[in-house]
Amino acid sequence: MLQIQNISKTFGKFKVLDQLDLHVGRGQAVAIIGPNGAGKTTLIKSILGMVVPDSGAIRFQGHPIGQDAGYRRHIGYMPQIGRYPDNMQVGQLFDMMRDLRQGAAETIDEELIQAYQLDAIFSKTMRTLSGGTRQKVSAALAFLFSPPVMILDEPTAGLDPLSAEILKEKIQREKQQNKLFLITSHIMSDLEELATEVLYLVDGKIVFFKTLEALKLETGEERLGKALARIMAGHRPSQLS
Amino acid sequence: MKHFSAIALPGAAKRQDEQPLPPMPLLKIAKYVVYDILRSRFVLAYLLFLVVVSMSFFNLESDPAKGMMSLLNIILIVLPLVSIVFATIHLYNAYEFTELLLAQPLRRSDIFLGQYLGLALSLCLAFGLGVGVPVLLYDGSLRGGVLVLCGVLLTLAFVSLAFLSTVLSRDKARGIGIALLLWFLCTILYDGVVLMAMFAFSDYPLEKAVMALTFLNPVDLTRIAMLLQLDAAALMGYTGALFQHFFGSALGMGLSMLAMLAWIVGPLALAVRIFRRKDI
Repeated sequence: MLQIQNISKTFGKFKVLDQLDLHVGRGQAVAIIGPNGAGKTTLIKSILGMVVPDSGAIRFQGHPIGQDAGYRRHIGYMPQIGRYPDNMQVGQLFDMMRDLRQGAAETIDEELIQAYQLDAIFSKTMRTLSGGTRQKVSAALAFLFSPPVMILDEPTAGLDPLSAEILKEKIQREKQQNKLFLITSHIMSDLEELATEVLYLVDGKIVFFKTLEALKLETGEERLGKALARIMAGHRPSQLS
Repeated sequence: MKHFSAIALPGAAKRQDEQPLPPMPLLKIAKYVVYDILRSRFVLAYLLFLVVVSMSFFNLESDPAKGMMSLLNIILIVLPLVSIVFATIHLYNAYEFTELLLAQPLRRSDIFLGQYLGLALSLCLAFGLGVGVPVLLYDGSLRGGVLVLCGVLLTLAFVSLAFLSTVLSRDKARGIGIALLLWFLCTILYDGVVLMAMFAFSDYPLEKAVMALTFLNPVDLTRIAMLLQLDAAALMGYTGALFQHFFGSALGMGLSMLAMLAWIVGPLALAVRIFRRKDI
């Protein structure tokens, strides 16, 4: 469904993505992990067409992205830090997004709006919202059009435990719908619950891309965090010691 | 109405089969930009300023043509400044909005041009009301209409330049710096350089060269077009007569109109080109 073919990206002297090659499809929930600055967000932004790779190609359902913005209709994106027009009210934001994406028979999914009781704050402006509430708005927006591909950049960071649980349950339910999930997070226990495969990035390169089971089997560890620590220790010992 | 839906355009039908984009996204984006700007009240202040300035000049001078001349001098300084600085600041502040739209199924050119349309529309509306209404009340002649038209074109040109300065720099302070530099260049520095050149080469017939130089500055183009309307060209001696002869002719008016359009479309087209490849 989503083919990333040898993409590279350089910011100044800094190589953020280096010959990255990845094929993912429906039914997969890919946890993208790696140290800060490994290129996780750049990879996500490349898929969304916000960052244009220097070389390589990204194909969505066989078509190269970049020629037609229409493919983004199939993607729900929850950014790391949701930033919205300050003067806009929450309700207006939802109305605007629906207005801008209207045109196809899309099913509207307001489950998260209800679960987070966002309709109660529809008349508040975005400026007045706390970071956590913004995050809830971002989550509700990402799921609003029930797209087949969901890209979540640190979805639970900044959410209170109850809200994070609501979001994780939502992701679990949506996973049953044969969707593709790409999730970055630093919270290993969350990823362990949600992911079916693990993509480990360091310096813009894929260190490995394996199913969760295979990873656990290989390392002999039951927990993802420990399994990763074991592998990481092998890959970058200099920084740890 | 059923007949119409049966004979849809072949192009449109093909587009529908592929991935359809929302209808008229550009206009929708422009609509939200206008909403956002109206909420900030800056444009309202600009409108009030223009009304106060226009009214006071027309009340101070008994002859509306003289009032318009004074008004023109203020407009030629203030309008480019407000247009370019306000548009630049707004674009940097709307970075979140742009980012939000980029993750949606919208084309980059639609996002960019929608923002241009929204900004230009708000500023032109403020100018049209703030200057147009007083001019209509006190003068009511054709030249008033020309003044409003010239102001609208000049606004469009400087909003274009603002879009160019924003895509040239990621940094807000530097972007505003570029915008101010462009304004300074067009309104003050350029005239100074031309005057110095005229003074230095005053022994040579420079009229044609000066006329050509006029095309390279949207502010000068507007000034000449308006001065001719106000019959002030007679005060400028031989050069004025030559200007009158050229810019008053159909060819001259057509050419200056084309030059003005080039000042609007040129920077904007360049900005769109850069924006389409830009990393957010």
